[in-house]
Amino acid sequence: MKKLVVVGNGMAGVACVEQILRHSPKFDITMFGDETHVNYNRILLSSVLAGEKSDDDIVLNGLDWYQRNNIDLRLGVRIVGVDSQAKTVTGDDGSVNSFDKLLLATGSVPLIPSIDEVKKDGVFVFRNLDDTRALLERCRPGLKAVVIGGGLLGLEAARGLQVQGCDVTVVHLMEWLMERQLDTTGGGYLAQKMNRMGITVLLGLSTTAILGNGRVEGVQFKGGGSIPADLVVIAAGIRPNVGLGHEAGLEVKRGIVVNDYMETSQPDIFAVGECVQHNGICYGLVAPLIEQGKVLAATITGNRGPKYEGSVQAAKLKIMGVDVFSAGEIGDKLDGSEVIRYEDPALGIYRKLTLKDGKLAGVILVGDTADSHRYMDWLRTQKDLVPLRRQLLFLAPLEDAGSDIAQMADSETVCGCMGVTKGTIIQAIHEKGVNTLAQLKECTRASTGCGSCSGLCQSLLKAVVPEFAEEVKTTICRCIPYSEGQLRDILRSQQLKSVQEVLEIYGNGTGCEICKPALSYMLDVLWCGDHSEDRSARFINDRVHANIQKDGTFSVVPRIRGGVTSPDELRRIADVADKYQIRMVKITGSQRIDLLGVKKSDLPKVWADLGMPSGQAYTKGVRMVKTCVGTDFCRFGVQDSTSAGTELERRFENLFTPHKVKMGAVGCPRNCAEATVKDIGLVGQDGSWQVVVGGAAGKKVRKADLLVTVESTEQALEAAALFFQYYREGANYLERTYDFVERVGIEKVRKETVYASEVAKQGLLERLRKSKEHSSDAWLERDTLRNPTQFVQIQPLEEVFV
Amino acid sequence: MNGADAWIRIVHCCDIPLREGRAVKVGNREIAIFNLGDRFLAIENRCPHKGGPLADGIVAGSTVVCPLHAWKMSLETGKGANGPSASSCVETFRTRVEGGIVLLEWRDTYKEFEENRDAPMICGQPSGIAAMTDYSSLA
Repeated sequence: MKKLVVVGNGMAGVACVEQILRHSPKFDITMFGDETHVNYNRILLSSVLAGEKSDDDIVLNGLDWYQRNNIDLRLGVRIVGVDSQAKTVTGDDGSVNSFDKLLLATGSVPLIPSIDEVKKDGVFVFRNLDDTRALLERCRPGLKAVVIGGGLLGLEAARGLQVQGCDVTVVHLMEWLMERQLDTTGGGYLAQKMNRMGITVLLGLSTTAILGNGRVEGVQFKGGGSIPADLVVIAAGIRPNVGLGHEAGLEVKRGIVVNDYMETSQPDIFAVGECVQHNGICYGLVAPLIEQGKVLAATITGNRGPKYEGSVQAAKLKIMGVDVFSAGEIGDKLDGSEVIRYEDPALGIYRKLTLKDGKLAGVILVGDTADSHRYMDWLRTQKDLVPLRRQLLFLAPLEDAGSDIAQMADSETVCGCMGVTKGTIIQAIHEKGVNTLAQLKECTRASTGCGSCSGLCQSLLKAVVPEFAEEVKTTICRCIPYSEGQLRDILRSQQLKSVQEVLEIYGNGTGCEICKPALSYMLDVLWCGDHSEDRSARFINDRVHANIQKDGTFSVVPRIRGGVTSPDELRRIADVADKYQIRMVKITGSQRIDLLGVKKSDLPKVWADLGMPSGQAYTKGVRMVKTCVGTDFCRFGVQDSTSAGTELERRFENLFTPHKVKMGAVGCPRNCAEATVKDIGLVGQDGSWQVVVGGAAGKKVRKADLLVTVESTEQALEAAALFFQYYREGANYLERTYDFVERVGIEKVRKETVYASEVAKQGLLERLRKSKEHSSDAWLERDTLRNPTQFVQIQPLEEVFV
Repeated sequence: MNGADAWIRIVHCCDIPLREGRAVKVGNREIAIFNLGDRFLAIENRCPHKGGPLADGIVAGSTVVCPLHAWKMSLETGKGANGPSASSCVETFRTRVEGGIVLLEWRDTYKEFEENRDAPMICGQPSGIAAMTDYSSLA
């Protein structure tokens, strides 16, 4: 077998080898990588920096892949010499290896602008996994970080550092951000979005020096200005890594020069990826490298056939909520071109198409990139757009994603990073039995680059594989175009803590009565109550802690845990009813007492006179635990349900939930307090408790499912706590437990609560404990008003005489 | 001091939290004033549907959503802004901000309002004509 040596274990090298393995004849392959990691997805390094992904998450080919394909992998070895006559390569470990064919995939190196005293502690580049780890080790909340370079990589690094808590400034040499992909207007919108996220953007500034004695203290600009910095990241671009090209005596310009078959000027030496220059162009994005790899694989295996004709350059910014896409020509100066633009400054949406001879030459999308794949297809196929002239900027609406997929041509690219077409995916589904996204990734590599096409891949699977079950994407409302699952990820990874901030960055900036309370809840549960609550985003009931009635008065329900009260409490309730002329005193269906018709301005006084905590009967939260008399008096009781129910209520009270949570505890299977139709029920048996969940006796009647049977009361309370927190974290807003349990399935609920690993269980209990710690009786707000006019009606500063 | 058509000093700006409303009784009228951050807007505090207190509603952009049955009313025009409320309206009142205080324009005609409460209101032509709020002096 002939020997193939591959120098470079990055995305381009490995992608090309993957293609070579599909051809014959076979090679005896040795791969050298100067990093000590297996092939990983470099595009996702910014996600690692932002804490959204771990090192393992971004691995593309694990060690088993190399073994399976009999590839001799040499990690941590840098090739320093190539002898094209003797056909050997020399490593920095002194090893000499011979080859029949040599593939150079050496990628690129960070471009370091000429800055004085750049070598200082605290100055980083951001190119590989080790750089990322070093940055992660150094960055701390509150540090001042300066990113030099406002291109794709710089901006993604900036966002990652900001998520880690740094105070970030991006310094860009040019007049607008991402000047190679955007025009000045698009760059303006992008800068606005970065600013709104809290990242400072400084434009048109040339960095001349890094300040500080041995350690970074600041950066200095041309003209003398400077800003302080604890950390500097240089992301000013890349240059092809061509050293070995010179060594081997190849023709090298900016990159190693290759022809349409990816051959260099020397026979048996080939090059692929960022280190090459084809037709005068060096590519720095992943999709072209994949296309080159396919051509080269054919050439190197002696199947020379398809030509590489250059790639359409496309770039997508991978910052959640900052949607930017650009492809093809972006300048206005293209001869004979026409430009079509659309702008919505309020929504931050900008679209620009450049047409030439009735065909698409370039596209810029900021703020909404949903149509990017369609434009990309038009660019690639050079579709005649004259008949579509009136609809160019407004394609089929988003909701119509189903038919959108049907309309896609088989040649249309789904995964731009890996160059996978719709046809390839359909073929994989039909011929290789692919029916999950994971299998699709494995088989076609689709969605393993930036991951932005995963939705499209899922839709395709859904359309073609009958049994494919994807998570239904339902948005809360039109204000914010994400599902609750996605929003939870966004809020967590982007460290968002206020409703208005979320709406401004990810939504329409205003919100409505549907999304505001939902977002309020999501933030509350995510941060365990340790955030500043925005009352304006909450329903009136949660602003004044009482239930609004049809006439604008309120109802007051004090907490009576387990439904057990005392003569003293009852007297106070009676006194309050007299004093405030309560119009109705009502025993509720939940064993509580409701005082109806209270004026808003009387609420704090009523609470004070009652001297009892809030019963939360007005909110999406822990309502009550209904109990029977248990063992103390009942002839049949076998478990002390009153104590257990009272304790259950005490442990969960004052917490918010996706929808109201009503509970019950009964001392025997006669079920007098109806625990089996409660959200959470404890059903006493002789010597054990059944913990049941997901019951309902409202609009819907549903018998609760058995979660677990346990021996002690403490075990029962813990099982209830596990389910309670699991529901709080996983349910959609306004989803009752009975819908949640049905949606998730009781088996999965059991596996992820009572039968989960000890670590997972402790996690749930710990977050519940933290939430509880940050919660308090809402009625105590009578002594610490949120604002002076929380309960009172405003009196005009001057009177009007009528 | 209150002749025909005067500006009444109502409340300190800081006493209405951002994106919330507060009710105020002026003469014989109950008015809901909202703090939208860059301006204050005022409408009648009575939902045309079932009389709900609009001041207690959630603010959604330049509209408010009634806490009782989610009718949405525009704070700028007083007109209904969602399906059920579409053909209804509430009265709007002009406001301005001076020295950190919200002032409300009070027209002499307002006081006759109660007497005509049950007369059908013609949308778009309430007695206090919807007009631009002067918030140029808002600090």
